[in-house]
Amino acid sequence: MSRIGAEFSWPDNTTGCEVPFGLFTEQAWFEREQQRIFRGPVWSFVGLAVEVPEPGSFKTTYVGAIPVIVLRDRDGHLQVLENRCAHRGALVCRELRGKQARLSCVYHQWTYDLGGRLLGVPFRAGIDGRGGMPPGFDPARHNLTRLRVAELHGLVFASFCASSPPLTDYLGPMVVASIARLCARPLTVLGDQRQFMHGNWKLYAENTRDPYHASLLHLFHNTFGLYRSTQTGACLMDDSHCHTMLYAKAATSNAKADSEVYKDVRSYDTSFKLEDPSVLAGRAEFDDGITLVILSVFPNLVLQQIANTLAVRQIVTHGVDGFELVWTHFGYADDDDALRAMRLKQANLIGPAGFVSMEDGEAVEIVQRAVREARDARSYIAMGGGRAEDAQHLVTESAIIGFWEAYRKVMGI
Amino acid sequence: MNLTELSPLERQYAVEQLLARYAQCIDDDRLEQWPDFFVEDCDYRIVSRENAERNLPLATMSCESRGMLIDRVVSLRNANIYERHHYRHLVSSTVLGTVTAASVTARSHYAVFRTRTNGVSEVYSVGSYDDEMCIVDGALKFKRKHVIFDTNRIDSLLVTP
Repeated sequence: MSRIGAEFSWPDNTTGCEVPFGLFTEQAWFEREQQRIFRGPVWSFVGLAVEVPEPGSFKTTYVGAIPVIVLRDRDGHLQVLENRCAHRGALVCRELRGKQARLSCVYHQWTYDLGGRLLGVPFRAGIDGRGGMPPGFDPARHNLTRLRVAELHGLVFASFCASSPPLTDYLGPMVVASIARLCARPLTVLGDQRQFMHGNWKLYAENTRDPYHASLLHLFHNTFGLYRSTQTGACLMDDSHCHTMLYAKAATSNAKADSEVYKDVRSYDTSFKLEDPSVLAGRAEFDDGITLVILSVFPNLVLQQIANTLAVRQIVTHGVDGFELVWTHFGYADDDDALRAMRLKQANLIGPAGFVSMEDGEAVEIVQRAVREARDARSYIAMGGGRAEDAQHLVTESAIIGFWEAYRKVMGI
Repeated sequence: MNLTELSPLERQYAVEQLLARYAQCIDDDRLEQWPDFFVEDCDYRIVSRENAERNLPLATMSCESRGMLIDRVVSLRNANIYERHHYRHLVSSTVLGTVTAASVTARSHYAVFRTRTNGVSEVYSVGSYDDEMCIVDGALKFKRKHVIFDTNRIDSLLVTP
């Protein structure tokens, strides 16, 4: 099982990147990722601050595969606690969301305050002089595990690791500016969607750093000009190559030129018309003309703007061959009714039933099914020149190469 | 047809027949006929119970016109990429609510089994229908169909209505 490291040959090409497929299929890698990445020196996205508005509000989620509780304590501070009782390891919070004054494990009613500090142990002194905890029992040594927490424009991140750099250093100026552009106003949640994909989570990390596929796999994107590789756009990374921002400007489409570029491409079909095109009648919201942003933040967040849809997508790793994508759609608290209605209508574009996103689940799954018994074979990634470099165009896979560089570094391989 | 002039049994029969024909239309893959079950300004939504219970408005799929239903079918036939699959709907007995001369509300429960090309059938979604039907040209059609699903972790994707 633990065929790690040396057994893989990972060529150090100067151009092009070849990823051994065993990374997507072997349990030992999954376990090492939980340790080195999700418990390691990264910041994982855990939710929006507005999801836990008041003292005592909580939601349960995961960092990688590790269950955590995101909550607001009595002083109004955000806390993220590992959802595992210090006594016998049971889940302390069993609801998706709620509000309570303290945390109490149902198994033996060990009770914690909203910062995870152990408050009470039933029958600690025994009953009628019998039983009870030993005299040296020190409650202060049996708190819930507390993660470090940082918030940026309403996005909440957590880290298990004391050596993670400060959040804004970890994200870098490009990601910080991109988050500020989409989240600097008070947010309001429109709802969640949960999608289970039968594939390794890194296939989705590749997918969201891949502007090459978007106009080829997703006909709806391409035909209706929501995204075309001919548009003005870019594929940029932070200095560490962990994070990627793709953006495009829909207004730069040139129908005549695009017909030529896409003349033999399945996913450009001018005979395809909408009976009710109101779903595409969005409103310009940003002065910069950018209509599509896919911001991939290592390891588990995608922040997106597609037309008037705004959403965070959180990756929850359920195993080596399955992950859940939790979509939280949001708008701004001061949206007018028409804009809010447009965000809800355009929600048809994204999510598990999204006109321009449902294929990503299929793409992940057909790779997973094909590579299951191909651990020593490798992919080949070189579109755009084959190096991890920024591109002022969208015909590139350079950010995928950047992802693998960052992955190898944090995994120590 | 005046719904208040029908006997309770006749009304029940009319509503359950519509629900049965609706499910068979989808399960038989006659999706081009699916929009004909709705009035022009229909309200079709597939909403997770998780969102509905929090009074959050987000739908996984929402169509505010028959045109949007047609677009869903055209898109799944021509644009979207997904694995071939079949549905089987089982719809529970239906409880009727408010009846007027031209409309009736109804609640039912459903289970949808999905079979993919590997031959494995699985429970794909369970939930309830919150429907309002009304009479158009002598026939019952859906004015509102809200599908509230319990199965809030959608397996792979949702493309077929």
